[in-house]
Amino acid sequence: MRWLWIDRVVELVPREKLVAVKGISLAEEHLHDHFAAEGDLAPLPVMPASLIVEGMAQSAGILVGHAGDFQEKVLLAKVSRAEITADPVPGYTLRHTATLTHYDAAGASCKGVVELIDPAAPEADPTPIAEIDLMFAHADNNMSGIELPEGNFVFSESFRTLLRSSGIATDF
Amino acid sequence: MPALQHRHAMTFTRGFARAMTTDDIFEKVQTVLVDALAVDEDEVTPNATLTGDLGAESIDFLDIVFKLEQEFGFKIQQGELFPDNVSQNPDFVQNGQITDKGLEELRTKMPHADFTGLEQDRSITKVADIFTVDAVCRFCKAKLQSAA
Repeated sequence: MRWLWIDRVVELVPREKLVAVKGISLAEEHLHDHFAAEGDLAPLPVMPASLIVEGMAQSAGILVGHAGDFQEKVLLAKVSRAEITADPVPGYTLRHTATLTHYDAAGASCKGVVELIDPAAPEADPTPIAEIDLMFAHADNNMSGIELPEGNFVFSESFRTLLRSSGIATDF
Repeated sequence: MPALQHRHAMTFTRGFARAMTTDDIFEKVQTVLVDALAVDEDEVTPNATLTGDLGAESIDFLDIVFKLEQEFGFKIQQGELFPDNVSQNPDFVQNGQITDKGLEELRTKMPHADFTGLEQDRSITKVADIFTVDAVCRFCKAKLQSAA
């Protein structure tokens, strides 16, 4: 199973933008290792920056995949920019907004913004904590000479489950 | 409000009336390469090679194409700026050397590139050196001229 780093797609404007959320839970084991107590230092469980980038890659990847009716094998080709200015802690919600900036047969690029929602202050504006720009390649159009599996291994069952539970059609 | 709209219209008209100079094109290409390859502006000189001097990897070429399209507003077909499948073709490459046919193919596909170096050393590893900043600028200039 593929590990998903978003919980729900809350908005999808086809070929334009996708918004997804992820609740950060203290029940997630990796938080306890990031960072575990060491010597005199108390533990500091935070959401690893690399997984925030992966969450944006999954959000933007769905946006790109949806633009091609999930027929393309959408592979993350490049993290063009990633600036993360805060360490999100458990009990907060991450909101990933991916905006499509380019799409063609070869691939796509997206701009991404990550915001932090504080459930203790639901009326407050979310706090921007990251800007992540990504580029995707449509594998079948870029891997000359390399044989890839025929089926769409990118948008596997775990992605379909996420899409279905977010109310997005998965008839692909 | 009417005055503001008028000013916008003037800017719009002027922007389209003035043809892009070679310096304008270089500046735009420089912006694209700084952004795509995370290099400093002063590294992007006309003779700099994309892979050797600016550290571009294969996937960066796709990124550069995307960004050029956005910056200049024209469409670049796959293989138009950076031809693909030349190095895998046994007619074009033999024993690590570009054949006459291969060189001719590159010339046809890349009229914007300078082949002086490759003519002297046909080694396949030298092909990357034809992808210079200047070659990208000349490609963009030709695209803009053909669209005009």
